[in-house]
Amino acid sequence: MTALPIRAGSRPGQLRTLSGRVGWGIVAWVVAIGFFLPVLWMVITAFKPESAAETWPPKFVFTPTLAEFRLVFSGMGPFLTHSVIATVGSTILVLVLGIPAAYALSVHPIKRWRDGLFFFISTKMLPIVAAIGPLYVIALHAHLLDSIWLLIILYTAMNLPLAIWMIRSFMLEVPSELLEAARLDGAGRIREIASVILPIVTPGLVSTALICVIFAWNELFLAINLTVTNAATMPMFLISSVPQEGLYIAHLSAAATVASVPVILVGWIAQRSLVRGLAMGAIK
Amino acid sequence: MTVLEGVAAPPPKIEVRPRAVSRREWWLRRIPLLPALIYVVVITQIPFVVTLWYSFQSYFWDVPAGAHFNGLNNYKTVFTNAAFRGSLLRSVFMTAIAVIVAMILGIALAVLLDRKFLGRSIVRTLIITPFLVMPAAAALVWASPMLDPNFGLVNYLLAPFGVNHVAWLSTYPLVSVIVVMIWQWTPFMTLIVLAGLQSQPPDTLEAAKVDGAGAWATFRELTLPHLRPYIELGILLGSIYLVNSFDAVRLMTNGGPGTATTNLPFYLYQQVNYAYDVGGAAATGVVTVILTIIVATFALRMFARVFQFEEAAR
Repeated sequence: MTALPIRAGSRPGQLRTLSGRVGWGIVAWVVAIGFFLPVLWMVITAFKPESAAETWPPKFVFTPTLAEFRLVFSGMGPFLTHSVIATVGSTILVLVLGIPAAYALSVHPIKRWRDGLFFFISTKMLPIVAAIGPLYVIALHAHLLDSIWLLIILYTAMNLPLAIWMIRSFMLEVPSELLEAARLDGAGRIREIASVILPIVTPGLVSTALICVIFAWNELFLAINLTVTNAATMPMFLISSVPQEGLYIAHLSAAATVASVPVILVGWIAQRSLVRGLAMGAIK
Repeated sequence: MTVLEGVAAPPPKIEVRPRAVSRREWWLRRIPLLPALIYVVVITQIPFVVTLWYSFQSYFWDVPAGAHFNGLNNYKTVFTNAAFRGSLLRSVFMTAIAVIVAMILGIALAVLLDRKFLGRSIVRTLIITPFLVMPAAAALVWASPMLDPNFGLVNYLLAPFGVNHVAWLSTYPLVSVIVVMIWQWTPFMTLIVLAGLQSQPPDTLEAAKVDGAGAWATFRELTLPHLRPYIELGILLGSIYLVNSFDAVRLMTNGGPGTATTNLPFYLYQQVNYAYDVGGAAATGVVTVILTIIVATFALRMFARVFQFEEAAR
C-alpha cells in the first residue's frame, strides 16, 4: 500500500485500491493475451499435422507432431548460416564504427557535433527502397550480387545511425569526474575509452547491439532484391516455405516459429536493457 | 523543463571547448568520427547519386542495348502516372494511421503496465513479443492461420458476433495490412512511453495528489508534457520504419487486390523486378527522396526541439 500515504488508515480506501488493482490487472492480462494470441497460434499450428491445421472449426485438441519441424530443419541450413553471418557481422561492424563516432560526438565533441548527429539521423530518413534499382546495378558491377558481404555492408549502414545515437546517449552518462581523474593520471584517449568509458557503457552497448540484431535478422527487402541462393537469409527461407498449391499452413507456421524464436528469446531475456536503450535516445 | 531535470539524472557535462584548440586536438576530436562518417557517406549517398544518374536514362533489364539518355521522360511518366500517385498516397495513409493508432494504444498500454498488479512482468513480456517476431513471419502467419476465410482463427473468434467466413485480405485488404503494422509497432511505442513514465519523478505526482488533483488532470497536466519527448521519438522512429513497410504488403496481399495495398516500396519493387524499368524506378526514387526530405526537415525540427529540452535541462 505504498501508494497511499494519506488514506493509509481507512478501510474502504484500501478495499477500493485492492479491487482497482485486481480490475486493472484483469484488463492488462486480457490485452496481453490478445496481443500474444497470433504468436501462440503460430506455435500451436506448428505442432499440428497438416491435416489438422486446415479445419473448420479450428482444432485446439490434436496429437502434436514434430513432422513439420523436421521438414523445416532439413531445408534451413544454408539460410540460417547466411542470416547468422549477416546479423553478427553487421552488428560487430556497427559497434566498431559506432563507438568511436559516438565518442567524437559526446565525450570530446567536435565543434559541430549537432550537425554530425543530424547527418547520421537524416540518412535513416532517406528511404533505401528509392535506390533499389541502382543498388542492384552497383552490386552487379562490384560482383557483390547474391553475396553475404553485400548484406553485411548494407545492414551496417542501415543500423549505424541509430546505434551511434544510442551509444552517444550512454556515453553522456559517464560522470565527468571519472574522465577528469583518468586525465590527471595521464591517460590518453585510447586508454580513456578502454578503461574508463567502455566498462561503464557496456550495458548500453549490449542493448544497442540487441536492436541491431533484431533489425538485421528480420530484414527482408534488401535480401529479396539483392540475393538469390548464395546469401539468401531466413526471411527468404520463410517465403520459400509457402508452396503454390496444397496444404501448407502447419509447415509455414513451423518455419515462422523457427525463424522468429531466436530473436524472441533474446528479446525476452534482455527486455530491460531493450527498454533502457530505447528510452535513452528520447532524452539525450 | 523543470520536469525534465529529474530525468537527466546527473546532468551530462560537456566541457566548454576552449576558443583556440590546438591542431593536434582538432584532429584527435575528429579522427574517431571519420570512419563512420566516410562509411555512411559512401554506402548511403553513392547509391542516391547513381539513382539520380539513372533517373535520366532509359534503362530496361530486358533490353540488351543498355542505358541511354532520355532527358526528363522518366520524370514525365512519374508525374503523369496515377499508379505512382496512388502508391504515394497509400504509403502516407498507411504510415500515418499505423503510427497514430500504435502510439495511442502504446500510451494506454504503458499506463496500464505502469500500475502494480499480479504477473506484471509476464504481461509486459507478452505485450512486447509482436515487436520481436520477424515481420515476414508475422505477415505470413496473419495471412493464413489467422485471417484465412475458411479456417482462420479470427473468423472463428468473431463468429459469435455474426462474422461469417469473411475473406479479410480481399474484402478489407488495406485495413488488414494496417492492423498487422499496428500489432507489430504498438509494443515498440509501449516500451518507449513506459520508459518515460518510469522516469517521472514520483514526488511531483505525490505533490499533485496532495493538492487534490484528479487522476485525469494529473495525467494531462503533468504526465503528458513529461512524456512529450518520448512520444515524439516513438512517432519519429515508427514513421521512419513504417514508411518503408514492405514485408506485410508483399506477403499478405502482394499489393492487391489490384493495387489496393500497393505502397511506395512495393511499387518500386514491382518496377524493378517485374517491369525491369531501372530508369523509371530511379526517377520514382528521386521524387520519393525529395518528398522525404521535405517531410524529414519537419521531423528534424522535432529533433532540434528534443535537443533544446536537453540544453534546458542542463
